[in-house]
Amino acid sequence: MGQSDFTHALLDPAAAIPNGVIDPQGLPTPKRFAVYRNNVAVSLTDALEAAFPVIVKLVGPEFFRAMVGVYLRQYPPTSPLMMFYGDQMPDFLKTFEPAQKIPYLPDIARLEQAMRQSYHAADAQPIQPSVLQDMPPDQLMGSYLHLAPAVRVISSPWPIYAIWQFNMAADAPKPEMRAEDVLITRPEYDPYLTLLPPGATLFLEASKDMSFGEAYEQATKIVPDFDLTSTLGALIAGGAITAISEIPK
Amino acid sequence: MSKHVKTLAVAGAVAAALTAHSTTAVNAQAQEKCFGVSLAGENDCAAGPGTSCAGTSTVDYQGNAWTLVEAGTCSDIELPAMADGTAREGSLEALDRDLPA
Repeated sequence: MGQSDFTHALLDPAAAIPNGVIDPQGLPTPKRFAVYRNNVAVSLTDALEAAFPVIVKLVGPEFFRAMVGVYLRQYPPTSPLMMFYGDQMPDFLKTFEPAQKIPYLPDIARLEQAMRQSYHAADAQPIQPSVLQDMPPDQLMGSYLHLAPAVRVISSPWPIYAIWQFNMAADAPKPEMRAEDVLITRPEYDPYLTLLPPGATLFLEASKDMSFGEAYEQATKIVPDFDLTSTLGALIAGGAITAISEIPK
Repeated sequence: MSKHVKTLAVAGAVAAALTAHSTTAVNAQAQEKCFGVSLAGENDCAAGPGTSCAGTSTVDYQGNAWTLVEAGTCSDIELPAMADGTAREGSLEALDRDLPA
């Protein structure tokens, strides 16, 4: 028996018990192996249930557990780090036929996975907001924003922010149909979601390799009334800016 | 917009963002507790609750539960379907009134 035979038998309930899995009398032990096999599936299912709480709520726990039974066989873990297991969930949800009734599921999964990445991202010291205040405007325009490793931006044609809130926050209003972009920051220990105004993703994307002024111009070219104030406000409140520098990151 | 006007616009936005930050810092902290999600403890092999008794079964959760899809909150949300992925422009429309109140 090779390791791959064993792995195959672990993930396929119909597969025969691997040769060499024996009891003290030297006899094959299908029941013991079945217990082990089931524990693998159940613990991966539990890990995914902890990872995607909003998806669980959206489809219901029974549907979710049945669905991830398919997922974990299609995409078994490739790393022992369970905290990131589930990377392929958005793609899986795009094609998994019984879930097609709810077209926004893949984007909610992207949001939840990004929150986990943010949670586990490296720490970084944010700048004091006074740095922005003290910098002469001309210098700011030519400087580059450096953002914390925990920062993520998720864009969607669906109201992903409202759907997340509706499921996770008390008294959140019912989602209304519109496109929403979400900024994830980690001001303390937990990821924090902020709804971004139109144009903010353009600004943040451009900021990766353009100066503040160029990125602002890029955003206002497409969204003339781009709201820089609330975008900056979200970045400052989230401790997302780690430097404003003359050199790009 | 000339370069000078743009710089002024940005300077104004920065000042406004900082003012807003200093006046809402207290509120933001309270809010954070409310919305905080704890994602800790996901890396412990999940040999936890339910595992041992669930593990006595020979067949795990491979059952066909697809008809149970309405059990979740998705049935409360009801958003119109997207038209061939181009509907992003039109997606700021308000919801249809046939939604449950």
